Amino acid sequence: MRYEAPHNLDQAVALLSAESGLARVLAGGTDLLVQLRSERIEPDLIVDIKRIDGMRSITAERGGFRIGAAVAGAELGEHEELVALWPGVVEAANLIGSTQIQGRATMAGNLCNASPAADAVPALIAAGATAAIVGPNGRREVPVEAVSTGPGKTVLEKGELVESLYLPARPARSGDCYLRFIPRTEMDIAVVGAAVALTLDEAGRISDARVGLGAVAPRPLLVEAAAEAIIGTTLDEAALEALAAACSAACNPIDDKRGTIEYRTSVAGVLGKRAAVIACERAKGN
Amino acid sequence: MSQIHVTTTINGDATEYLCEPDETLLDVLRDRLGMTGSKEGCGTGDCGACSVTLDGRLVCSCLVLGAEADGREVGTIEGVADGESLHPLQKKFLEHAALQCGICTPGILVAAKSLLEKNDNPTEEEVRYWLAGNLCRCTGYDKIIRAVLDTAQDMRSA
Amino acid sequence: MPLDEQRDIDLIKDFRVVGHRPVRPDGVDKVTGRARFGADMSAPGMLIGRVLRSPHAHARIRSIDASKAEALPGVKAVVTSKDFGEVDEDLVDTLVNCMATDKALYDGHAVAAVAATSAVIARKALKLIEVDYEILPHVTDVDAAMAPDAPVLHEDAADESVPAGMSKNVVRRYEFGHGDVAAGFAAADHVIEKSFKTEAAHQGYIEPHACLASMGPDGQADLWVCTQGHFMVRNTCAGILGIDASQLRVTASEIGGGFGGKTTVFIEPVALALSRKAGRPVKITMSREEVFRASGPTSSSSVDVKIGMSSDGRITAAEAELRYQGGAFVGSPVEFGAMSAFAAYDLENVKTVGWDVVTNRPRQAAYRAPGAPMAAFAVESVVDELCKHFDLDPLAVRLKNASTEGSKAAYGPTFGRIGLTATLEAAKKHPHYTAPLGPNQGRGVACGFWFNFGGETCVSLNINVDGTVGLSVGTPDIGGSRASMCQMAAEELGIPFEKVRTIIADTASLGYNDVTDGSRVTFASGLATIQAARDAIEKLCGRAAQMWGIDPDAVVWEDGYAKPAGDNAGQFEPLSLAEIAAVAANTGGPIAGHTEVNADGAGQSFATHLVDSEVDPETGKVTILRYTVFQDAGKAVHPSYVEGQFQGGAVQGIGWALNEEYIYGQDGRLQNAGFLDYRIPVASDLPMIDTVIVEVPNPGHPYGVRGVGETSIVPPLAAIANSVSAAAGVRLTHLPMSPPRILKAVTDKQAG
Repeated sequence: MRYEAPHNLDQAVALLSAESGLARVLAGGTDLLVQLRSERIEPDLIVDIKRIDGMRSITAERGGFRIGAAVAGAELGEHEELVALWPGVVEAANLIGSTQIQGRATMAGNLCNASPAADAVPALIAAGATAAIVGPNGRREVPVEAVSTGPGKTVLEKGELVESLYLPARPARSGDCYLRFIPRTEMDIAVVGAAVALTLDEAGRISDARVGLGAVAPRPLLVEAAAEAIIGTTLDEAALEALAAACSAACNPIDDKRGTIEYRTSVAGVLGKRAAVIACERAKGN
Repeated sequence: MSQIHVTTTINGDATEYLCEPDETLLDVLRDRLGMTGSKEGCGTGDCGACSVTLDGRLVCSCLVLGAEADGREVGTIEGVADGESLHPLQKKFLEHAALQCGICTPGILVAAKSLLEKNDNPTEEEVRYWLAGNLCRCTGYDKIIRAVLDTAQDMRSA
Repeated sequence: MPLDEQRDIDLIKDFRVVGHRPVRPDGVDKVTGRARFGADMSAPGMLIGRVLRSPHAHARIRSIDASKAEALPGVKAVVTSKDFGEVDEDLVDTLVNCMATDKALYDGHAVAAVAATSAVIARKALKLIEVDYEILPHVTDVDAAMAPDAPVLHEDAADESVPAGMSKNVVRRYEFGHGDVAAGFAAADHVIEKSFKTEAAHQGYIEPHACLASMGPDGQADLWVCTQGHFMVRNTCAGILGIDASQLRVTASEIGGGFGGKTTVFIEPVALALSRKAGRPVKITMSREEVFRASGPTSSSSVDVKIGMSSDGRITAAEAELRYQGGAFVGSPVEFGAMSAFAAYDLENVKTVGWDVVTNRPRQAAYRAPGAPMAAFAVESVVDELCKHFDLDPLAVRLKNASTEGSKAAYGPTFGRIGLTATLEAAKKHPHYTAPLGPNQGRGVACGFWFNFGGETCVSLNINVDGTVGLSVGTPDIGGSRASMCQMAAEELGIPFEKVRTIIADTASLGYNDVTDGSRVTFASGLATIQAARDAIEKLCGRAAQMWGIDPDAVVWEDGYAKPAGDNAGQFEPLSLAEIAAVAANTGGPIAGHTEVNADGAGQSFATHLVDSEVDPETGKVTILRYTVFQDAGKAVHPSYVEGQFQGGAVQGIGWALNEEYIYGQDGRLQNAGFLDYRIPVASDLPMIDTVIVEVPNPGHPYGVRGVGETSIVPPLAAIANSVSAAAGVRLTHLPMSPPRILKAVTDKQAG
């Protein structure tokens, strides 16, 4: 195995493109090193992107923020403007692992690891975030919900890597929230994750919404039916029940050591409701 | 496999070593540098016994490659005391009996020190969540939490 | 004066050091990273050993071809079961567990091992070993393993206690009790019978097993190892390797937790065999995954309990049938479960039957009060149901039926002085018991019992020429015992705590000591320390007598000084320990005290736990809100570490009750061999754990000490189940009460 730490993006792309064996990008390493040590993967090349300019910065752009692929969770949580703009996204990223993991783990890594249970991804989906992918054929922006194609699989092609994530400007009277269910209070992988971002009109009705779910299907989901269930409502009891039903209906989970199909399906609805209520309160400025 | 030459700073001391590309910082510390104060409890970032700081940021050294430390500053349990004078946290851990077997203690001290450097007045809940990645199987955490809160109070009034 | 009060006066003296909270002597090393644990030792020329483990739950090993591994540059030795010779009958299971012979009996069972010049080469070598497996049907559940058509692990492991016609996986039957349970049930106003299950929990020590072995061609060997009993390791490894015990010196490293899990050997004989073959030192460290797959968790269990009660809360009869699987070998702790199940109750009619069952799982190892928590969970849950049925106060019912001095225990003996009632009374008057509860919250109560052990113990106490004391004990210090030994020696000798240094001597330096288990160390090593100090005092008095030219009988020892016994003995200035030690060379040479004892009279231990929890009815998530432990310590030598034992046991119990479990797939492989999905409690899961130390002195110890380490894990499973059942409005009978299990129970109940 070779380890390379290039200083610019072109070098990184060249290294990844030229490698004939298995190449992996190292950002925070909190998934990659676990896979390496357990011998689940045996890469021939690791490209550490943390020394590339811009990879560790958060930059204001068009009313939103561009977040370098190597920005760690703790750095997101320390960025006050970002927290104010997309609190649900930062909460989601900050839920990943311990303080120690937060010192390393990145949202881009969370996205590219393509775990169905990735915490940051449903929140990014709800926020309408995009991923900037660079590779031998240039640069493209892809909606976050289109990046993962199944457990451990992404749309990234040979030589490509995610360079940054873009969180758009947030409309007035809007809020977001991510909730996940884990058996303990920390250190677990999500059994269910639910994110809601919504916007209210001047009368207090929901004019726009996006709902993301995690750990209930082979990849994180954008659940349009759940958003439709609350758009045009004031999030009354009936709307919440419709939202819960839509979340549960979107689930296509598995039975595993972390939860049953029945459990995940039921709790997805519960968390969808709870996240919507918090997002709504945030939209109202409470 | 060719080894990588790394120049770094550990507990303030300039240090050089050679390591394999896939060797972790924890393995470098323990096996190459003889700094066995950082412990391996899991090797997967789930127990915190290998906690160190990297450029001041708390991390699990089992999830950092040795090669990544090049040009950075590493802080380990061996650097927590200043010569023969113990850090206030170390004293309080002894006073409160906040350790039983002691295997998790180095990681918890490194983590708690990092907390107090960031927040000198943490609530009990903040201490508990900050240390959630440091498993202790002996104490039930009670005396650990008390020792950290007591240290913070003393350090504030000092 | 009542007898009890008289004894209290005998036992509770005015302690000067004992009962105080000095800083532990090994503390500074442990907060600075200097303390050396199992994996922290290296040797010149050291090789790294790794173990190849079966990926199958049950498979015949047709052949093993290690020739490619042996040919890999850097590989210095490969061993399989063929490298071990015949061993005594009592070591066969231990050896087969360390290295499989004709069959792999569980996922993770060792089948071969290599020693190489680096970990990377060792890993590569493992992949080159070709094992030809014939996969066999497997069984991992205890009830399934008892079915007549279950896959059989061993053809002839059962003994004559097992009735004919049962599955060959049922290997032992135990029965305890007295009276006539049928008559007792007939006399009851209400009888409740329920079945319970608990899943296997791992001890979860943070330090994986590790050792460094060095064995020369002359048969002399040294072993550095993290263990609860290095004398056990020596005897076992010497027996397995066919060498004399005197040729193997074992040194106990600092030990990073054990809780019973380090009371046997796994990698130690393998490391020695590799070292012998390679002619170089070999270090083996288990990965966390190996710890879960191949070291001992405790049993999973299936228990039926039937209890009859009169309407005034008197238990008229009690019966339990317990089925524990102990992994692939005989020896689940079901006997302790059957013995301890009803120990808290003074019963006229009681019967327990225990079945020891083998399955395709790792060989169980002791876990803190082995066998007792699962039994207490079932029994205390049924008692709770009966209290609810009659609308009786759960503490009052327990007080009414509590075992006290003179009660005939269900497992046979008559109790001496015990502290159960005192813990119940303490709980009853504690503010926790009457604090208000909110919606979806519940309070649970349960009692627990542990036997406590004594055992073989040997201690040496050396008086140094400067008046300080070196104390050598042979029981590894797993949670502060060096501090309590220093305290007891200082107390007895009348010198300051700081003047005593206690070490854990290696196996060549001290006589045999039983393993650190059964909550025995503070009791038994403490007893031996006190006796060794008294032996030294006798010699110190003799030296003083010699210095004064009087009869040794005319000298007494008081507060650290030799003094004339009275006016008749003569007028002499008292001589301190330091003054006598300083001239020891002139009065007969070094002064030392020794004890060799098979300690008896450990004194049983009881506890009562109170816990409040809240259940989220939509997700099944439990939050522990408040927890208070009331436990009898006899005499708390170092109260901080007694509290620590109470708190640690309670929290391990919380983990077992709520989230910890071995999860097996259909393929018989362990699904959660890591701390990510084997979910032990983290700091943010918990409240402070309040403790109340009750001190009912143990007449079997000079200071009244009882062991405290194990009882604290006996009540929590039941106390939490009672609390959660109250909060959820439905009885939970399957541990752990993970959110999916709770939500299902709540939903099923709502569905009627």
